[in-house]
Amino acid sequence: MLGIFDKLKAGLTKTRQAFTERVATILRRRKIDEDVYEELEETLLAADVGFETTQFLLDHMQKEARRNKLETADQLVPVLQSAINVILGEDPEPLQFVKDGLTVILFVGVNGVGKTTTIGKMASKWRHEGKKVVIAAGDTFRAAAIEQLVVWGERAGVEVIRQSTGSDAAAVIFDAISAAKARGADLLLCDTAGRLQNKVHLMAELEKVYRVIDREIPGAPHEVFLVLDATTGQNAIVQAKMFHEIARVTGIVLTKLDGTAKGGVVIGVKKALDIPVKWIGFGEGIEDLEPFSSTMFAKALFEGFQTMEKED
Amino acid sequence: MFETLSDRLQNAFARLRSKGKLTEDDVKEAMREIRRALLEADVHHAVAKEFTERIREKAVGQEILQSLSAGQQVVKIVHEELITLMGSDQAKIARAPKPPTVVMMVGLQGAGKTTAAAKLARHLQKKEFRRPMLVAADIYRPAAIDQLKILGQQIEVPVYAPGADIAPQKIVEQAMKEAINGSYDYLIIDTAGRLHIDDTLMDELMQMKSICSPHEILLVIDAMTGQDAITVAEHFHSKLEVTGIIMTKLDGDTRGGAALTVRHVTGCPVKFVGTGEKTDALEPFYPDRMASRILGMGDVLSLIEKAQETIDEKQAKELEAKFLKNEFTLEDFLSQLQQVRKMGPLEQVLGMLPGMGKLKQLQQANVDESQINKVEAIILSMSKAERQKPELVTKSSSRRVRIAKGSGTQVKDVNQLLRQFEDMRKMMKHLTGLTKGGKKGIAGLNALGGLGPKGGMPFGQKGKRRR
Ligand SMILES: Nc1nc2c(ncn2[C@@H]2O[C@H](COP(=O)(O)OP(=O)(O)OP(=O)(O)O)[C@@H](O)[C@H]2O)c(=O)[nH]1
Ligand SMILES: [Mg+2]
Repeated sequence: MLGIFDKLKAGLTKTRQAFTERVATILRRRKIDEDVYEELEETLLAADVGFETTQFLLDHMQKEARRNKLETADQLVPVLQSAINVILGEDPEPLQFVKDGLTVILFVGVNGVGKTTTIGKMASKWRHEGKKVVIAAGDTFRAAAIEQLVVWGERAGVEVIRQSTGSDAAAVIFDAISAAKARGADLLLCDTAGRLQNKVHLMAELEKVYRVIDREIPGAPHEVFLVLDATTGQNAIVQAKMFHEIARVTGIVLTKLDGTAKGGVVIGVKKALDIPVKWIGFGEGIEDLEPFSSTMFAKALFEGFQTMEKED
Repeated sequence: MFETLSDRLQNAFARLRSKGKLTEDDVKEAMREIRRALLEADVHHAVAKEFTERIREKAVGQEILQSLSAGQQVVKIVHEELITLMGSDQAKIARAPKPPTVVMMVGLQGAGKTTAAAKLARHLQKKEFRRPMLVAADIYRPAAIDQLKILGQQIEVPVYAPGADIAPQKIVEQAMKEAINGSYDYLIIDTAGRLHIDDTLMDELMQMKSICSPHEILLVIDAMTGQDAITVAEHFHSKLEVTGIIMTKLDGDTRGGAALTVRHVTGCPVKFVGTGEKTDALEPFYPDRMASRILGMGDVLSLIEKAQETIDEKQAKELEAKFLKNEFTLEDFLSQLQQVRKMGPLEQVLGMLPGMGKLKQLQQANVDESQINKVEAIILSMSKAERQKPELVTKSSSRRVRIAKGSGTQVKDVNQLLRQFEDMRKMMKHLTGLTKGGKKGIAGLNALGGLGPKGGMPFGQKGKRRR
């Protein structure tokens, strides 16, 4: 299996975004001046870190530069990376299993971010770790959503509990909980229909699903994963906020990191809402899922000039 | 976060106005705020920079800085420039002189190609009376073919779907024959989502393109896309020469700045926007609405401020709650209307609405206060039940006749009011999301919905409705 780092790097080096290279050239052996900060600002903005968080990081860098009397621009990068690491915090346990009995995970998110695919990957992963896994086909809305999930269930070798399209999502999940309990499963992964966070009635439906799970197994769902597409811009913050209000999100799955987007908005999400990233998705293959590492993430934001410097 | 541009500019200029004339430095400060608004809307940073530079030149060139409404006017310039940048005309879908017109849908995974393909087919069939056929060429994503087949059934458009074990190139080739044999005049090809840096799959698209020589290659982009939109658009465009853009998921509360970026790098017009999950949720693209949206609804926000001064807090809270539950009734609307009138001369209030911004137009707008009286009279002629459930009236023509009589208006006035009230509700639902993140409530907005160009009450703004 291609290491995830290699995969990420492959994606990143394929991108020849002019400014990243420019930053590389500029940072090397250059005195710290306003232009340097401007270039760094552009790098952060281009990674979707967002205006506010970018300003915050720049202020921090300027203070540190003064305090530690930094002279050359390349000294700033580690400062920036560690500041990002501080915001992102220690990497959490990517999945908290309950001591004994069934652990229930609910997957939520807007349309097309990769919920169903992530469930397929995660089912496969935990089955290989020796867990008994069951999947609930809670997207009863989108055309062929159930069929899609069933294919993933087959790939992962995991049973999918389902009803027909149009049936009540909460009822499907209710069934799946009983089925999972009856089969003595360790892990139940619940898919839900993609929904935009400003749709009041769809969010109410999600709340109902959440309540049903909580009623069947007090304290469940044990994890609620918000799936975020790394390509998403600043709207991700609103997404996190709204889904968190309805369904107490415990972690983020950041998908599509095999593209050129860097998903920098998760820094802002962590800062504003204290929701950590727990997993990353980096491909359409069943193995393309890994626990998140904040150090690696911070590095990837600047992979451009890191490699450039080595080449020099 | 996500305070609006208008807010920030008003504040910045209010602070400065105490000092007298505005200087170049003040403009610099204003440009910073504009840049910030654009960035928060996900406009690409390089595009935002270039853009503010141009605005700065314009603003300094004109003698607006001495005027009292400098903030307003700068917002206006920005608004107009945004529209120019996004293309002011509405772009139509291509039509080949000799059918079939071939349309290829391309884009990243999860952008919404399959749904958009079905929506486009429905649009062509229902609105343009064409005979479209859909082609299922996404052989990779599990159940993508099923999804398109189901959608095809729903909209009663045939789907050519030979299966997932046939190469997409072959599918396209056969579909071309099929289209000619069946004398379909549009062929809409749904392709698999792919990363712009996936050379193998991008080559596949290029081969498909050379087989079917499409008249349109539509890049489908998620409205929530961030800064990466530029890379994505550049790659797709350089490989395929995209001819137009479909922006999806605009029913969300994103500002959708990616529209600007994509338009800027490809030079292609946005042809349609997706505004819902159902197959009828496809709309033509209006640059001016998009511009207001990117800026955070522009001037509407200053109107809200004004409304908040006038409207009493407690009542506003109640309305907000109603609003979120979608229980806003005609009765509430009536009381809001009466409140708006307390806010001041109608002309001034209208001047702050998006789309009404161009001063010249406003002067010609010829706002007629008596029109409000008309609306008031219509609502007053309804029973309590009818005000709370306008559907009652919508469904019954005898009720409409009665109300028209009672209010001394015509049935068409009643119809218009009902339709616009419904539009307004929709728009408000949408705005609810937009302002929720900010400090302000949505309270004041309720008062205004009916006055906007979209929900437009009959204020003598004839021909302004664009739907
Ligand atoms: N390149 C890449 N594509 C991905 C990744 N995760 C998911 N996808 C693709 O993104 C598309 C959408 O994924 P889904 O899993 O259907 O997303 P969803 O959130 O379940 O979508 P809805 O149920 O329609 O809301 C599919 O084409 C997936 O193959 C990833 O990490 N990288
Ligand atoms: Mg799904």
